[in-house]
Amino acid sequence: MDKIPILRMGPFLLVTIQVDLYDRLALNLEADLVQMVSKTGAKGVLIDISAVSIVDSFMGRIIGNIANMSRILDAETVVVGMQPAVAITLVELGLPLKGVYTALDVEKGMNLLRSKISLVEDEDVNEEDDNIPV
Amino acid sequence: MALDITKILKSKKKSLFEDWMKNQLSNEGLREDLVSNEDLRAQSEELINILLQTLTPENLSDPSSASFDPVLEILSGIAIVRAQQGFSPRETGLFVISLKEALLARLQEEVKDNPIAIFEESLKLNRVMDHFIINSFETFIKGREEVILRQTDEIAEISTPVIRIWDGILALPIIGTLDSSRTQIIMESLLNEIVATGSSITILDISGVPAVDSLVAQHLIKTVSATRLMGAECIISGIRPEIAQTIVHLGIELTNIVTKATLASALRYAFQTLNLQVRKAGTQNATNQ
Repeated sequence: MDKIPILRMGPFLLVTIQVDLYDRLALNLEADLVQMVSKTGAKGVLIDISAVSIVDSFMGRIIGNIANMSRILDAETVVVGMQPAVAITLVELGLPLKGVYTALDVEKGMNLLRSKISLVEDEDVNEEDDNIPV
Repeated sequence: MALDITKILKSKKKSLFEDWMKNQLSNEGLREDLVSNEDLRAQSEELINILLQTLTPENLSDPSSASFDPVLEILSGIAIVRAQQGFSPRETGLFVISLKEALLARLQEEVKDNPIAIFEESLKLNRVMDHFIINSFETFIKGREEVILRQTDEIAEISTPVIRIWDGILALPIIGTLDSSRTQIIMESLLNEIVATGSSITILDISGVPAVDSLVAQHLIKTVSATRLMGAECIISGIRPEIAQTIVHLGIELTNIVTKATLASALRYAFQTLNLQVRKAGTQNATNQ
């Protein structure tokens, strides 16, 4: 049975999907990832889907689900490297993935995650000052 | 005795051709600017040769007979070329009509002693020639439609340029109405350009869009969502006051999309997002000192 590796990188988890996802694999990924987030206490999840060329409504939902589940577990999700055709398909399917952060490539995604984390830490520091930028 | 007009016509081919050419050349609608006399002669000769070859007493009474296919083929070729060269429908039609006139005039001259027979035969000939005329009209219009279609494609191609206005900033001025097929082209070229240049901000300028209705807004929202999925931010600029009014009156929700009045303010916003500053050279020197 295929398995998609989940790599740990500091406070983040890195998932690169190198094969076309089928439903079973996607469901396994969802379960594994949530387990991993809770086990490692990761602050962010980066999913690289640059090799995914086919996507359907089910896949779109899984990605949205993963993002929402991670948020409940206090980790932000960034989806990076989506192909134009995939983006158009998701929009046409009516799945604009609201609430999921996106970035062009892994590097930009990592920067985004870091800035999110530092923002959260700033908020923690500034909590007493009560002047959190909105 | 049955009158065989096909034989008569075949034997008079030379003079028929000259009559026809005379008809064509005397016509005031002759377009010497579009086709030279030699070309016209060559076209006409080819057509009349094939026509007289295929014309038999049998197929004369059956205009849709398959034996006329070679004639129709040549005729369609001529009509399509004429459509592309910019002939009017009347000029194209006259090409065949003048042939018909020449044929009928020749018949009238050759067969003077049998008016009833010639009337019947002329009717048949008329029917065949009318069939040719309708056919050449059809191909002419088809040719024009091909021209229009090609132009539409070209306009669609030309009107969606994705401009790289800064490192990491793309601009896409949209000119003309947005329909589904254009949105598709715009979206595809924009998304491909985002991948190619690695840009993180795109500006959709809609100052050239004459009207925004709910469908157009839907298309804009789709484009913005798709760019967001790619990991880039999309700003809509160039919203004129009337369009702002329409959008609000129609109850279209654009609240989670960054909108700016002008391309300049959109660019300023993009610079801010990328932590870039634009300064006059003098002021920069002043700060350096």
